[in-house]
Amino acid sequence: MSIKVIKPTAAFASLLPTEYLELVADGPYASPKTINDLGTFKEIIAEHPHCAGCGVALGVRLTVASLPAPADTLIVGTAGCSFFGLAQAALNYSCSAFGNQNAVASGLKRMLKIRYPDTDKDVVVLVGDGGIADIGLDLTLHSWFRREKIATIMVDNEVYGNTGGQESGMTQEGQVLNMAPKGKNFAKIPVFELARVSGCVYGARVTVASPKKIGRVVRKAILLAREVGPTYVQIYTPCPTNFKFPPQQTINIAKKAEEGYYSFQEFISDDAQAYWEKNFASSTM
Amino acid sequence: MIEQRVVAPEYLFNEAEREEQFITGSEAVREAIKRANVDMAISYPITPQSESMHLVGDIYAEGYIKEYFRGENEFAVMSSVAGAAMGGVRVFTATGGPGTLRAFEAFPTWAGARLPVVCAFMTRGINSPLSIQPDTLEMAYMLDTGIIMLHAENSQDLYDMILQAFMIAEKPDVHIPVGVFVDGFFITHTRDRVKIAPPDLKLPPYNPYSAPVPVMDMENPPIRQMRDPFVMKSNFISYAAHASWQQEILAAAERSRRHIAHYLGNLLEAENETAPVMIVASGTAVSQSREAIESARQEGLDVGLVKLKSLRPFPTEELKAMTANAKAVIVPEFNRVGWLAREVRAALEAKVKVVGGPRVFGGMTMPPDLILDEIRRCANE
Repeated sequence: MSIKVIKPTAAFASLLPTEYLELVADGPYASPKTINDLGTFKEIIAEHPHCAGCGVALGVRLTVASLPAPADTLIVGTAGCSFFGLAQAALNYSCSAFGNQNAVASGLKRMLKIRYPDTDKDVVVLVGDGGIADIGLDLTLHSWFRREKIATIMVDNEVYGNTGGQESGMTQEGQVLNMAPKGKNFAKIPVFELARVSGCVYGARVTVASPKKIGRVVRKAILLAREVGPTYVQIYTPCPTNFKFPPQQTINIAKKAEEGYYSFQEFISDDAQAYWEKNFASSTM
Repeated sequence: MIEQRVVAPEYLFNEAEREEQFITGSEAVREAIKRANVDMAISYPITPQSESMHLVGDIYAEGYIKEYFRGENEFAVMSSVAGAAMGGVRVFTATGGPGTLRAFEAFPTWAGARLPVVCAFMTRGINSPLSIQPDTLEMAYMLDTGIIMLHAENSQDLYDMILQAFMIAEKPDVHIPVGVFVDGFFITHTRDRVKIAPPDLKLPPYNPYSAPVPVMDMENPPIRQMRDPFVMKSNFISYAAHASWQQEILAAAERSRRHIAHYLGNLLEAENETAPVMIVASGTAVSQSREAIESARQEGLDVGLVKLKSLRPFPTEELKAMTANAKAVIVPEFNRVGWLAREVRAALEAKVKVVGGPRVFGGMTMPPDLILDEIRRCANE
């Protein structure tokens, strides 16, 4: 990136929200940031429209703070709670139709590689569970089969939050939600396992209770996607609004899940492991 | 691959000496794309479009296009095309019939994102029971997606319009998608004489910074295709932002009129426009009408023809002028619903009798006699 950050026209600057001006002035462009730097730069507008205690908002913040090259990162999202936060972040972000994120990212990544052969432009898909596991599953899997060099990140709140709390494919079996009035009658879709057998060279499953782990696996997923192949990170991001728990319990719920059915898991292909050891073995992250 | 040099679009279209070839419509697509300086093409099979994108794949293998792949379905293809266009390159794809409808959600998002995608639509039947045969019904649904719509009468039009479409779509004051529509099988699968420019010439490359919206290349952050207020906020500013953006897309299509006129001559062509009976048609229905008119003239009937080349934007004023002396306008169509008759009626504001038909569909060809019957009826009223 050339740091040609769009500058608000001076005459109109006073009309823009202060927070937007801060995003332009203090966004994470000048140097890569890590989870440890949170609070020292402006990664997202504080007045974002997520609910109190939103796990997705936290997942988005932690992901955005983990990018190895924010100044050259493009985020592709889709409709849902995830894009509330993304639309307020200091990043190139696009959203077109529901569920088409990995197809958009495929075209974008290939063309940026042609336009900028000597610069790493990281294309990162950051989407909710409905967008990946349900409506966009075929496009997600096909981007992995084609070995598109994209990092795909799911913020999994196990529900369609934005549309009012409906069952998604990632909802746990038995859970009662809208459109599942008698409880969901099949298991969580095994997207993490599908990633492994569909061409992803690296995968990680984490929760928002472990921010440093998120920092490590997101960075790794993006760096490996640059050179080796598609990668996948699945982050559990509990939803207090639709699962009716107090907002201050989000981290505890995630922690409990991490001790149980949402345990930390990671896989890496031999190629990716060799590449990582050769290039990043001395890395502190 | 033949070494190519960039020439001005006007030179490629109007001045370069052309060679006449006897080729199919699908081959005309290949010849257009070969000269279009396209960066990326993405394909997915559907009859009767498939062959054109096979041939585009062949010229990718020869080196004329930088990137090409087969996507997993039309919705995915149109989404990948969008991603590529957001990345600041010239892209091409083609589909038709059920493929158009499978991808449908993508088209308004192309227009809304100001993406200058060029897509060819090889039209065919879409209803159940399943049919792969010629039919222009899908165009009825496409009329209000925000994209510019050109309709080719023959392979010559198809070749010319695809090349011209890139230039129209990429004008900074337009910068919305252009669909080049052609009647499947009738054009795609038949041979015709097509005059084409020398193969060593090509259009100038796309300039990504001609876009009226920021390019998605992280060279000018923070950008995003849409911001939160458009989406969910229930307040006046959000409504106003979305409303004005929709108007801007319509205005972009309006602004394309002069560019369409520059490259295509006009949005319509007319002959014998002072006649009391006029036929107004687009696509291959124009060719069928020409035959009917020939027969009518032999019977001493005075009948004229308007060929609509641009359907969006619609040449309302030009059509009014070309039918000013008519007492009846006949609109033959290759579909059941008569979408073109509706358009013509709306444009002419009940000032002239509009005969919606004849219509054939489900794959049938249109006997010129059906059109001739209408001409006789209107002439004798």
